[in-house]
Amino acid sequence: MKSLKWLNVSAATLLAVSLALVWFAAPLEATMGAVQKIFYFHVAAAWVGMVGFFITFVAGIVYLVRPNPRWDRLGAATAEVGLLLSIITTVTGSIWARPAWNTWWTWDVRLTTYTIAILIYIAYLFLRGAIDDPQRRARFSAVYGVVGFVSVPLTFLSIRLWQSIHPAVIGTATPTSQGGFDMAPIMAVIVVMAQVTTVVLFVTLTANRYRLIELQDQVDLQKARAMLAEGDLPSQPAASAAATK
Amino acid sequence: MIAISALTRSFGLRPVLRGVDFAAEAGTITAIFGPNGTGKSTLLRVVATLIRPGSGQVSIAGYPLPSQSEAVRGVIGAVLHGPLLYSELSADENLRFYAQLYDLAAPQPRIDELLERVGLTRRRKDPVRVYSRGMQQRLAVARALLHRPKVLLLDEPYTGLDPAGTALLDDVLREQARGGAAVVLTSHDLAHGLALADRVVVLARGKVQLAAPSSDFTPETFAARYAEVVA
Amino acid sequence: MKRYLRVVGAVVWKDLSAELRSRETFSAMVVFSLLMVLVFSIALELNRGARESTAAGVLWATALFSGTLGLNRGLGREQDRGTLEGLLLAPADRSALFFGKFLSSWALILAVQVVTVPVLTVLYNFNLAEPLVILSLVLGTLGYTGVGTLLSAVSAQTRARDVLLPILLLPVSVPVLMAGVQSSSAALAGTPWNEFSIWYSLLVAYDVIFLAVAVMVFEAVVGD
Repeated sequence: MKSLKWLNVSAATLLAVSLALVWFAAPLEATMGAVQKIFYFHVAAAWVGMVGFFITFVAGIVYLVRPNPRWDRLGAATAEVGLLLSIITTVTGSIWARPAWNTWWTWDVRLTTYTIAILIYIAYLFLRGAIDDPQRRARFSAVYGVVGFVSVPLTFLSIRLWQSIHPAVIGTATPTSQGGFDMAPIMAVIVVMAQVTTVVLFVTLTANRYRLIELQDQVDLQKARAMLAEGDLPSQPAASAAATK
Repeated sequence: MIAISALTRSFGLRPVLRGVDFAAEAGTITAIFGPNGTGKSTLLRVVATLIRPGSGQVSIAGYPLPSQSEAVRGVIGAVLHGPLLYSELSADENLRFYAQLYDLAAPQPRIDELLERVGLTRRRKDPVRVYSRGMQQRLAVARALLHRPKVLLLDEPYTGLDPAGTALLDDVLREQARGGAAVVLTSHDLAHGLALADRVVVLARGKVQLAAPSSDFTPETFAARYAEVVA
Repeated sequence: MKRYLRVVGAVVWKDLSAELRSRETFSAMVVFSLLMVLVFSIALELNRGARESTAAGVLWATALFSGTLGLNRGLGREQDRGTLEGLLLAPADRSALFFGKFLSSWALILAVQVVTVPVLTVLYNFNLAEPLVILSLVLGTLGYTGVGTLLSAVSAQTRARDVLLPILLLPVSVPVLMAGVQSSSAALAGTPWNEFSIWYSLLVAYDVIFLAVAVMVFEAVVGD
């Protein structure tokens, strides 16, 4: 409990400092101007989001081998936070695309892959919402967490192949141009700060989400215990829970 | 043949079985009674390997569950709520399909014998779609007996049967028990179950409330005792 | 091994003979496919030039969407009628049941293509039945049906049922759609083989990876 509070405070502090650095200390990039500042958090959100999905994938495998609700909670928490970071990635990427390539949307390899990943993890959350039984929910979401993650590299590969065959999409869609600007020393510092901040933010959000799911499970368990003690028919959970109060 | 001790099982967070001790010997018929929602079906489905035990020991014909569930599936036959039949296929085809799933060599004589036993020989080529509820139930029983199971599980098998069908099923079950199978059925008909079974078990509130030889009771005393333990 | 194959064969035989009797799923899939072709034609107001470049896209979109229809029926109906329990009671490895359901769904999806490809050929007035297009359809629908069989077992046991399958299945099938459309349109345009053979490698990779994953986790989906 203490450690969670500590995490929250440090994540908030880091976020405030990093944002201040990005807004006030980072120099304006020569060709792109202010919009370049998106990249400090864009890049960090992108890779940390993928790490989140990777953890969901690993937690899914572990759950299928050794069913313990802990792994299900972890997978659900990292999928949600990974989804949030991926949405941040595509939105910031889209804001970048407008001035850089003169369009909000381009079939850029990474942008498209992230968008499809977002759809996969929205489906993951849909699936969780459609199952009542906790064990079944855990098993099925573990399965989808594995299937979904395995498809991501193949999706990336297929879009990349498509791009290499049809090079002229819209404007100069080769997103390698992003690495083109010169890096002032202060920029390097801010880049590192943004990465650290995002990682800490990821851990904090995941820990909070995990804790919340755990508390929810405990509430349900208490209800079940109350029923067991009362010895009531299991078909009347509400009545037995009320009776023990 | 069936040995269960301290079996629990919850659905989600709702406990259904809360420590069930149960045994059934080879060559006997056991009838399980109890109000709706007290875990009769769940108990049968655990034995049938369709539901994993939550905790406790379950051993069927010497094989522990859930570790040896594939071996257990080879020795059990089950008649569940659904008839487990394909309506587009005929009785013959349904049984041939299941014979292949159970890997029976040259199953046709066995299929003929069972269809004759449940009185469906004349209608064997008709698709199950046109069968009445009672005919489907007879075929479901034939299906469960196909591989000569050592343990026969029946979840309210008399539902939908007419008096002739009921008498037929009584005979078939006694025959199976005489042949050495452990027959376990659930029922709501106290008098009929008491007359048929060697042992009676009452399940209520997720636990076995009563387990005794059926010879201990007359229909009247059993009805009174049942009302008492279920209340 | 022989025993395993017998179970696979029995499930395929049972599914296909039941389907031959009723033809319910097959006809629904064919009619749906034809409607989709019609909808595309109207929606895209196809002129001849546009037709040639979009034919592969229409073919694949039709195959995948009508495919979800068949997949939903495959395990969904076993679940609805309670016959899934009959299968699960069999003393056989659950992966044998997976392969049986997978093969019968795949056969159904391919049979629908046998109708839609000639229809598209007539409507679009140029031959879609090129060997390489057929190869990409066979390879693409294989992996798609593999994941689809697994995910239909998932969706059949949830509250959302039929609605959930396309939501789960389509985002993980993007590689199939991409490789299928690209390889088919390249084949139709007469592109030299070595310039687009890579798409077939991608399809094979997808098939191998997802069939392996599906077989490994199927037990977790149908077993309690």
